Amino acid sequence: MSTSIGIGAVVSRSLQVRAKGGETSPRSLAFLAALWFCLLFALLFLVVLIVTTLIEGAPRLDARLFTEYPASNPERAGARPAIIGSLWVIGTTTLMAIPLGIAAAIHLEEFADKKSRINRVVELNVQNLAAIPSIVYGMLTLAVLGILGITNKNMVWVGALALAMLILPVIIIATREALRAVPAEIRQGSLALGASPLQTVLRNTLPAAVPGIATGAILALSRALGEAAPLLLLGGLVYLTFDPNGLASGYTVMPIQIFNWTGRPQEGFHVLAAATSILLLALLLAMNALAIFIRNRYQQRW
Amino acid sequence: MTTLLGTRSPAAPSPTSLHGRPRPLDAAVRLVFRIAAVLTILITAGIVVALLVPSLQFFAEVPVWDFLFGTRWAPRFADASFGVLPLVTASAWTTAIALAFAVPLGLGAATFLSEYAHPRLRKVLKPVLEVLAGIPTVVYGYFAVQFVQGTVLREWFEWETGSFSVLAAGFVMGVMIIPTIASLSEDAMSAVPNSMRQGSAALGANRMQTSLRVVVPAALSGIVAAIILGVSRAVGETMIVALAAGQQARIVGGPLEAGQTMTAFIANAALGDSRVGSLEYNTLFAVGLLLFLLTLVVNMISIAIVRRFREAY
Amino acid sequence: MNTRSSITGAGAVLAAAALLLAGCGGQPADNGEGGLTGTVASDGSSTVAPLAEAAADLFRGVESGVQVTVATSGTGGGFKTFCEGETDISNASRPIKDEEAAICEEAGIEFTEIVIANDGLSVVVNPENDWLECITVEQLHTMWAPESEGAITNWNQIDPSFPDQALTLYGAGTDSGTFDYFTGAVNGEEGASRTDYSPSEDDNVTIQGVAGELGAVGYFGLSYLLENEGTIKGLSVDGGSGCVYPSNETVQDGSYTPLGRPLFIYVKNTSYAENPAVTAFVDYFVENSASIAEDALFVPLTDEQVATAQEELASLG
Repeated sequence: MSTSIGIGAVVSRSLQVRAKGGETSPRSLAFLAALWFCLLFALLFLVVLIVTTLIEGAPRLDARLFTEYPASNPERAGARPAIIGSLWVIGTTTLMAIPLGIAAAIHLEEFADKKSRINRVVELNVQNLAAIPSIVYGMLTLAVLGILGITNKNMVWVGALALAMLILPVIIIATREALRAVPAEIRQGSLALGASPLQTVLRNTLPAAVPGIATGAILALSRALGEAAPLLLLGGLVYLTFDPNGLASGYTVMPIQIFNWTGRPQEGFHVLAAATSILLLALLLAMNALAIFIRNRYQQRW
Repeated sequence: MTTLLGTRSPAAPSPTSLHGRPRPLDAAVRLVFRIAAVLTILITAGIVVALLVPSLQFFAEVPVWDFLFGTRWAPRFADASFGVLPLVTASAWTTAIALAFAVPLGLGAATFLSEYAHPRLRKVLKPVLEVLAGIPTVVYGYFAVQFVQGTVLREWFEWETGSFSVLAAGFVMGVMIIPTIASLSEDAMSAVPNSMRQGSAALGANRMQTSLRVVVPAALSGIVAAIILGVSRAVGETMIVALAAGQQARIVGGPLEAGQTMTAFIANAALGDSRVGSLEYNTLFAVGLLLFLLTLVVNMISIAIVRRFREAY
Repeated sequence: MNTRSSITGAGAVLAAAALLLAGCGGQPADNGEGGLTGTVASDGSSTVAPLAEAAADLFRGVESGVQVTVATSGTGGGFKTFCEGETDISNASRPIKDEEAAICEEAGIEFTEIVIANDGLSVVVNPENDWLECITVEQLHTMWAPESEGAITNWNQIDPSFPDQALTLYGAGTDSGTFDYFTGAVNGEEGASRTDYSPSEDDNVTIQGVAGELGAVGYFGLSYLLENEGTIKGLSVDGGSGCVYPSNETVQDGSYTPLGRPLFIYVKNTSYAENPAVTAFVDYFVENSASIAEDALFVPLTDEQVATAQEELASLG
């Protein structure tokens, strides 16, 4: 069997079939062409999006994007507070969401009785939370601030809280999948050697599931990096002249900076928005590549 | 021993039932884990309470009927009206347009990946499709308002449309949703047992006939779940519509018109300032409640269907 | 895979990231000469925001350790946070209302009003609009009156000589001082307006909207018009004594009526007294208002206004 992935070879192979004659009829070929079109349309869109953004943003993909602060004149402006703010927010989100998510997943997967009704409700609940519109998490955080009587919304930990709640269900689901993939023999062997159930989880099951958990966590964080809607509700759209530098510091993030600049009429700001988009996409690509790398390199085949 | 979340799993014996030193720390740590799991319920409860309390205050001032069926949305003006229909029509239009693109393209891609693609090709194509899902929605929004609306619709096609339209927003949203529909549909189609395909082939059907007449009907519930999940994502999307569909709250009559969706209203309203407890604040949450309920119902249906078909095979 | 090594690896990455963040957070970008640190929080009008942002930007060259934030919740929204004590400065494109001042007084917030620049609220149309150069206040009233909602939807209803073109309206949202001022000047009552238009707290959305539709009309502060000449077309306004086009001169000498207006900053007295960062920023803002206004394309203060502003500043300190 040839190893080339040439389109011709693939198409002809996809036409291999036991029954002769039916596959090459005009209708069949038209159908196959339509299916290819579906796939290619999506890919073409992706290519056009990336290329147009790249072309539009290339002029401002320079060091000034990283070193300058926003300004009313696009020539002088840069995304520095947004970039640093994104790092701060994602870092804080990581600290909030990952330990919590892993702990919850361990409980749900290893210790809870899966047959009981309450646990099925919890599972359903987590799946549902994963599909709620992201803006609702912003509203939840807004309400929490209202209850706590905090009027200054623009703080790093507030934004991180909203994002952490957003990605928590995703982390739980991914961790559960990773734990589920660890074979029972590992657990049983550990228990047979006299370890307590907790020791089994912490020293055997969990480490074995780390690649899967890491992959899921990185993908969840990359989603959080690209989110703007919840933070818009939390005062994220603000003009800063400084680098965010603390949990209670004012901040903004790259997606919101892009949103801000896209909405401005001057062409110079559109170029900046495109350049920041490229930066954001590059970061996301790096994170996804890291996740895939971890999965491929460290994933054990049981 | 029974715990908050039911009796413990049979695979995890109680910390004190085994011989050996008692390990009280184990129980403490497991309690921490259990609390973490309970936190998820707390989040949902929090969302419900956070949305309900201001909404109830809102409905104390504005009759539910006026809200749900009124056609004039002018909540912050002196002569205020709170009819949410204009927002709902805008959301409906963008969702419908998004699905009009996402469903055929997504199902087509799923059918190809499931029925036709060589496993190697699938390994390459699936992640590429997932990339579409990973692009930040604000970048999609930028593309929608700058390129799709600005260049494609207004310069290339020269259609009669302003700076914003539900078509530009809906189209881009549709492409964003393709991976959602494709991936879940492909799961459903792959779950159909090969015996059915082989039986169909044995009866003389070609691959197209097998796909269309055997696999798709067998996987229909999963496909429906995928589409429903797509609806939920489309309704809940904020950035693309905020940037490309416009901010004017009006009953949207056609794809080239601008309109303000529920999510765009929430984002826009929150940019201004609203004091906790004020009518503006409560209005924001009333629309949020409506949004949440709509997506909740849709999600529950989808999750229920997916559970059923996953168990069926 | 060795657990220990993977945990050590993760720990190393986290530590590196933490160091990086700490490094990024601490250093100021430019080395401004001053050694002041502190925060200045300002919020309010989106009309005044470009001016405040320009001030913050230029101020950073002088005192790079001071952290200034400029938010835009609208004049009304800004006053709400200001009277809750959350902000040091409230930017406003109209004077504070009595109700708002009362709230501040109740909360024990004393403030000082300083006129910081002038503005000619501009009415703009699409650049392809060739039938209109000058608009009268009566015509504006017809366009924007509450009674016109649903009724006036075509340009030829404003004036029969105008073409048969659908009228699309873009304007400020209700939290905006621009909205209050415009409706007051054009409709006789602050806040009285038809509601079937595209309201936005973000004037850039108005520009985008007007630039994209032939029959569109919008209004916002003069700096937005000057910043975007060519994308949109400004109109002369006839306030009863002839058509006047908004510019520095016509706004300063008062001939651009009724849409010429002053722009304000409201400074919290206690912030000015106790927070050296606020003191320095406000001093800088007022003393350099002319050059900041020039940088941000705002109409600077007249000599008379400068003198008044200096007095207000003196009364603060």
